Amino acid sequence: MYAFHEGGGIPVVDPTSADGVFSLLWLVIALPLAGAAILLIGGKYTDKWGHLLATLLPIGSFAIAVAMIVALVGREEDDRQVAQHLYTWFEAGQLNVGMDLLYDPLSALFLLLITGVGSLIHVYSIGYMAHDPRRRRFFAYLNLFLAAMLMLVLSENYLGLFLGWEGVGLASYLLISFWQHKPSAAAAGKKAFVINRVGDMGLSLAIMLFFVTFGSTSFTVISEGAGELSEKTATILGLLLLLGACGKSAQFPLQAWLLDAMEGPTPVSALIHAATMVTAGVYLIVRSNFIFDLAPDAQTVVVVVAVISIFWGAWIGCAKDDIKKALAGSTMSQIGYMMLAAGLGVAGYAFAIFHLLTHGFFKANMFLGAGSVMHGMDDDVDMRHYGAVRRAMPVTFLTFAMGYLAIIGFPGFSGFWSKDKIIETALAENWVVGVFAIIGAGITGFYMTRLMLLTFFTEKRWDKGVHPHESPKVMTVPLIVLAALSVFGGVLIINDWIVTFLEPVTGVPAHEDPPLPAAAVSVLVVLVVAVGVAAAWFLVGRREVPREAPQDVSWVTKAGRNEVYGNEINDTLVVNPSKHLTTALLATDKYVVDGVLTGGPVAVGGFAGFARRIQNGYVRSYALSILAGALIVALALLAVNAA
Amino acid sequence: MDFTKPTIEYADIWPLLVVFGVACLGVVVEAFVARERRFVVQAALAGLGLAVALGGTIWVAGNLHEHAGGAARGAVDVEGTVVVDGPAVFLWGIILVFALGGVLLFAERRLEGGVSAFAGQAAALPGTEAERQASTRGLEHTEVFPLLMFAVGGMMLFPAANDLLTMFVALEVLSLPLYLLCGLARRRRLLSQEAALKYFLLGAFSSGFFLYGVALVYGFAGSMEFADIHEAVRNDLENQTLLLIGIGMLSVGLLFKVGAAPFHSWTPDVYQGAPTPVTAFMAAGTKIAAFGAILRLFYVALGAERWTWQPMLWVVAILTMIVGAVLAVVQTDMKRMLAYSSVAHTGFLLTGVLGVQQVSELADGELTSLQAVLFYLTTYGFAMVGAFAVVTLVRDSGGEASAFSRWAGLGRRSPLVAALFAFFLLSMAGIPLTAGFVGKWAVFTVALSAGAWPVVVAAIACSIIAVFFYVRVIVLMFFIDGSPDGGEVAVATRPSVLTSATIAVGVAATLVLGIVPGPVLTLTEHAGQFLR
Repeated sequence: MYAFHEGGGIPVVDPTSADGVFSLLWLVIALPLAGAAILLIGGKYTDKWGHLLATLLPIGSFAIAVAMIVALVGREEDDRQVAQHLYTWFEAGQLNVGMDLLYDPLSALFLLLITGVGSLIHVYSIGYMAHDPRRRRFFAYLNLFLAAMLMLVLSENYLGLFLGWEGVGLASYLLISFWQHKPSAAAAGKKAFVINRVGDMGLSLAIMLFFVTFGSTSFTVISEGAGELSEKTATILGLLLLLGACGKSAQFPLQAWLLDAMEGPTPVSALIHAATMVTAGVYLIVRSNFIFDLAPDAQTVVVVVAVISIFWGAWIGCAKDDIKKALAGSTMSQIGYMMLAAGLGVAGYAFAIFHLLTHGFFKANMFLGAGSVMHGMDDDVDMRHYGAVRRAMPVTFLTFAMGYLAIIGFPGFSGFWSKDKIIETALAENWVVGVFAIIGAGITGFYMTRLMLLTFFTEKRWDKGVHPHESPKVMTVPLIVLAALSVFGGVLIINDWIVTFLEPVTGVPAHEDPPLPAAAVSVLVVLVVAVGVAAAWFLVGRREVPREAPQDVSWVTKAGRNEVYGNEINDTLVVNPSKHLTTALLATDKYVVDGVLTGGPVAVGGFAGFARRIQNGYVRSYALSILAGALIVALALLAVNAA
Repeated sequence: MDFTKPTIEYADIWPLLVVFGVACLGVVVEAFVARERRFVVQAALAGLGLAVALGGTIWVAGNLHEHAGGAARGAVDVEGTVVVDGPAVFLWGIILVFALGGVLLFAERRLEGGVSAFAGQAAALPGTEAERQASTRGLEHTEVFPLLMFAVGGMMLFPAANDLLTMFVALEVLSLPLYLLCGLARRRRLLSQEAALKYFLLGAFSSGFFLYGVALVYGFAGSMEFADIHEAVRNDLENQTLLLIGIGMLSVGLLFKVGAAPFHSWTPDVYQGAPTPVTAFMAAGTKIAAFGAILRLFYVALGAERWTWQPMLWVVAILTMIVGAVLAVVQTDMKRMLAYSSVAHTGFLLTGVLGVQQVSELADGELTSLQAVLFYLTTYGFAMVGAFAVVTLVRDSGGEASAFSRWAGLGRRSPLVAALFAFFLLSMAGIPLTAGFVGKWAVFTVALSAGAWPVVVAAIACSIIAVFFYVRVIVLMFFIDGSPDGGEVAVATRPSVLTSATIAVGVAATLVLGIVPGPVLTLTEHAGQFLR
């Protein structure tokens, strides 16, 4: 068996060096990276064939990923961690930070998801971006994103992970503001960038604390030494990591950027803001299980954040008329489920990853489907202008329906298995959380049915001159593949395969008896979902849908349309205070110092000419600030050392 | 009265003497070489002198004696006034490298159409007939090279001083030539002269504080030498007030030189007004020298009183980072923005100064704060010299164009130059795989191991704000078309090989230090501790 801590059930990362097919590990990252480099440096010479190359390279990475997981499954259970040393990044005395890669069951699953769904979305983009003059650049950024995301999940230490973390942030920024001619896109990119930096602050502090505590940032060293960690340090580390995870995964309170990020091209929303990048936070927490398992308080906070996010996202999803934003709200909510599972500890990690995978399939499927609908509706995103699209776009409709059935948890579909497992575990660990999770599933049923009805059923409410048509093959084939995955993704849970497979990483869960038998839970969840679906049918499907959003709605709907006032909260708590700080500092630099000297000319600052003269930086005011500083320094020294 | 001949260890300090010697030689050249050949001779002489001194520094570094079981290397020379130890020699090395960059930028004559960036005749009043004549006759001030050499000499002496008086003399030797150089801009001369005057007055003011601090500490310790002060601080528990105020006054003088808040107010005005090659040289050189002096004063002389001065530096570090980062956000001039960013960097460096100094207090694999600060200074210097060198290239019809509005869309007109500038900015922002990331990471970790976590939290918050204003410039260059106010836009002028070489070295160093920082980190480790 694999190594454990003495006394604890937390597995230690203890990889063997890479050989055979595993020695190709670096190539998985290098291929898309090379694609990005060729397309960006090659410039317009690559315009003709660049997008094809950029699509082939991730497919190559996918092939390697498949070969590797086959080899990994063929190995003994205690031998399923492989490391590859690329080169030494820093070395000074004892300090040694390597560029090492780690391939274990967890990264193996991520690798398949990222390269697999990534390749499909590249194929889809060939059709979607066919007429965009900057198509080459788009594909270059997509490849760059893939390389960074793969670096994130393959790194063997937190610094390398951080490199990938920043890389996906950069790629996401570039892709959200890809259509820079739209001011809203540029603003959305900026917002994502800024909010993500807040999360990054948590992650970078955690990394530094790791370094100070363990003298290293390598998973191997940290997981080995974690047993000696005090609970307080572990809790601080856990909370800092959670802050990082909240930023990337759009969890409360750092969720506000995700809806704006929908300004990017739809394949980007599918790949980055649904299937892969936004789940990096879940990866971070599961990967850091050796910290969270020692910090029950931090785990509790994870669960609280997750539950808030489930409802916050669902609320938004119920009220938005923009199809992509409704889906984005749902993404936030579904990631909440993954975070919930991750916060439940050893019992939940595997299910968090399971739901992450199935969600990657069905959400990418639905986003691409939404893109296909928008393609047919002249890029209109307002669902109030859709209706009865199913006849015009049968393939899109059918594939989207598979994703829909998966997300609401229709028995047998992938989402049913994964969500059911999370709810079951939550009930076993803490029944209150479990009940919340069940209610959340009901709301999911409501908002997804609403979306489905508004788009594909009900009356035609199309704009004049819009003639929806089915998208070309290059777009529908990826949809069909993803639809198949949405339906059959549940096979991973047969015989608890995914749980056993991930045990070397996440540890063996203790057996607990659920308060209700598993079958009863499933039936209960299905019933609650059915109530949600029925509510949507009565409230949306049976009524006439107005083309303009009605304004005389309840405060609940209004709050949902305004993203539950996330932006306003940010403005009040963060943006405005920092604006005030800047103004105050500027004023101190320009006016106050001089004002003290010349007897308050600030008071008469209304005289424009006079005011301008105050601002021009008199030496005397600078000298005064130095004198004041000197006084403060001397007095502070005296005061601190008076005793 | 007996007079004993002082022993001077020429073998240790000869790089310093070369620099001062070449400076004096430059003054002679000024008198004896014909005007038309003077510029080339002076530039070559300065470059050669610095190169020889750099070679000498490397030679000296290889021949340092070990002390204290290998923890420190070097010797106290010249009757106890100068100490040539590992850190001092390391600082000499990087000061000389950036001074060479400075000489190359000073000697650039292609950008201004055959003349240097310095005023034709500094004595001619701006806007007068005399000035016009000086410019039509193509006059140039070649004295800038000897001035630069004197400043370099002072910078080298500053971190190597082993007593307070030598330190003060070094401070003045490095400052006076810089005051002059700041006022010698060819264009926008009033702004330049104003900057020089401000810098001079405030510099004199802060030197006064420093000198007063010297007197107080002498009063406390009865000696100027750092080793004696250290002993006195450890043993003498009376007259604490004298010592405390003394520390305060000394700090003011040094913190002024590095541009820490609240002593930073001169920085933006001077960086903006000075000729850009001077700004580049000064931003790197002065900061390195002054941080060397701060480290030596606080670690060697006042190391035993760490708990006395550390809270004060905590506050100054946090304040400096906030002021630098927040005010940089609202700047609309490239040089002023870089000036405020340099203030923020001062704060990050002070964060490093707060770290653990003793190797014995560290776990395996941790850096000492001396190592971290030395490494940060190296990365910072390359990025700053490189960035200001790029600023000299971006011009419109009125010469250098440093207003943001002129830079809009530069990425389309001059993609290479804009990309290089973006790279320097990314390094200053501390993005992984650039030198700046490793440097930031190093100083933050050492501060965290010393328990200064509030400072580190503030530092990380400020570096996040900092990323914002660097990225804003990148967005401005690449994603915005033309001038937003419809005015003129700037393009990058093709420089001679001198400026190109400076920028190329800066980019190469920033990239290499980001991807394989190992050798330089080892070098800082090899430099060892300060010699007491």
